[in-house]
Amino acid sequence: MRSRQWSSGPLRAPVIGLLLLGLASGCGSGGRAAALTVKGSDTMVILGQRWAEAYMSEHAGALIQVTGGGSGTGFAALINGTTDICQASRPIKDEERKQIEERFGAPPHETVVARDGLAIYLHTGNPIAELSLAQLRDIYGGKITRWNGVGGPNAPIVLYGRENSSGTYEYFKEHVLEKGDFAVSVQTLPGTAAVVNAVARDPNGIGYGGAAYLKGVKECAVKADDASPATLPTAENVRSRAYPISRELYFYSRKAPEGPMKAFVDFALSDTGQKLVTEVGYFPVR
Amino acid sequence: MTATPVSSPAVAPAARPLRPLVHRARPRSLRVREAVIDVFLRLCALSAVAGLLLIVVFVMREALPVLLDPETRREASLGRFFATPMWQPVGDIPKYGIAPLLVGTLKVVLVAMAFAVPVSVLAAVYASEFAPARVREGLKPVIELLAGIPSVVLGFFALIVLATWVQSLTGAVSRLNALNAGFALGLGIVPTIFSVAEDALRSVPRSYREASLALGASRWATAWNVILPAAGAGVSAGILLGLARAVGETMIVLMASGNAAMISGTPLDSVRTLSASIAAELAEVVVGSPHYSTLFFLGGILFLTTFVINVGAGLFVDRLRRRLAGA
Repeated sequence: MRSRQWSSGPLRAPVIGLLLLGLASGCGSGGRAAALTVKGSDTMVILGQRWAEAYMSEHAGALIQVTGGGSGTGFAALINGTTDICQASRPIKDEERKQIEERFGAPPHETVVARDGLAIYLHTGNPIAELSLAQLRDIYGGKITRWNGVGGPNAPIVLYGRENSSGTYEYFKEHVLEKGDFAVSVQTLPGTAAVVNAVARDPNGIGYGGAAYLKGVKECAVKADDASPATLPTAENVRSRAYPISRELYFYSRKAPEGPMKAFVDFALSDTGQKLVTEVGYFPVR
Repeated sequence: MTATPVSSPAVAPAARPLRPLVHRARPRSLRVREAVIDVFLRLCALSAVAGLLLIVVFVMREALPVLLDPETRREASLGRFFATPMWQPVGDIPKYGIAPLLVGTLKVVLVAMAFAVPVSVLAAVYASEFAPARVREGLKPVIELLAGIPSVVLGFFALIVLATWVQSLTGAVSRLNALNAGFALGLGIVPTIFSVAEDALRSVPRSYREASLALGASRWATAWNVILPAAGAGVSAGILLGLARAVGETMIVLMASGNAAMISGTPLDSVRTLSASIAAELAEVVVGSPHYSTLFFLGGILFLTTFVINVGAGLFVDRLRRRLAGA
């Protein structure tokens, strides 16, 4: 990722001047509390916005700005001091943690605010009931191309997945494929609903996506390895980490939240906040 | 429209003398109004050209890092585009192989043209040579109405209905495939080809038809051996315009092709096209990243292709016009 250079030219000085003027007048007028900025994971941006809307409607005068860009972008902003909270769908990397310690003298504060689990969808007529992570890896990596390779009927496997612009795609690639390549024959569809729809119409189809969209398809139980039990992505199994394709969703801040920030984090963890988590399609942590 | 030059007094009918067209006789306000309208029209025409130029400059500028920026070229460069047959630009080791996208675009467009060209050209021949006037008056607007169906609706139709038919007819493993997308795309370009081809056929002078029929040729022989060749350049222009639309059309292929970036010889496999890749990926890509520049580069390829095809179509139209003008 590179930052874009300013084009130098006759316009530059007046533009900066206007910006400064705007900034000064904005500060001068005062009255309103400073905005709390939340930046990071695209997976969480809708969740963050729902929290912010609900929080602001409860607290008149509060202003929370939520933007996406990706977890990495969020951590960079946290390090640069341009955001108050970083939303992340992965834990902070050691290097990022070190940079924050060096700059601010203390390690960042981490709060798990929700959990995310990916369901594996099968056609309702498919006799397969459970798959291991290794089998899923071979299926989506293109090593197993027929259902009899995993104990099913002698029929080709038709793979459905998400576009590479989606966080779900990256998550699946990282956790299930262990960063390997998808088979080229994976049909990528826009949105989890489209994947569910396609699998519902295709007796040989398999798809992945959020556990909240399950109309007309069957969930496949997943086991981490042959020794562990296969589980379904229920709220209980995702919370207890018994379901293997699940992850935490985090809030990171430079220090332990206090004041308005603490109020917002507490709100996200409250019953109302956690109910929004379920509504958006993720799993509550409490 | 009569092309009689007004300055020639010999042609002006004697009974009704022409109103003198002397400019200085007009009141000042009228002249100002004319000038304003003139400037306004000029601006309108210019803004279209300026818009086109701006778009070209924008696309080229965003695509340029692929050719020039060393940091981008470490991930995405012309060489790397063909080094791997895999299009997986997101991940720890991004792979920018554009060959499957080129093959996919070609496959869908071939299917679309194979379906749309015969259907629309023959429909145009029917409408212009065989149909009674009343049928033609009905047929033309109906076919052209097809052009008014938003491509997203055609795509949805292909996704839900057409795909099921195509699969049950062909037994294809993958429901969404090049054949399905090609059919839907073909439906989308039929009105373009039909409309231009029908105009070209109808502009063939009546004397051609009469001469052929007088020589004893049947109506079909006249249409096939005389009228169609005479209008050949115009029909070709219509086909090219349809082709340009097929190459650039996005929504239909995005919804109906399955978007799997694979290279294979059969139209029954899913394909990913250039346009669908841009539409699916550009929204979430980091601005300025190699992935971003690559998508703009793909846009540049699309732009250049359709530009060349459109210029070709323009040349054909000119040729038709010259030919029918009695060259």
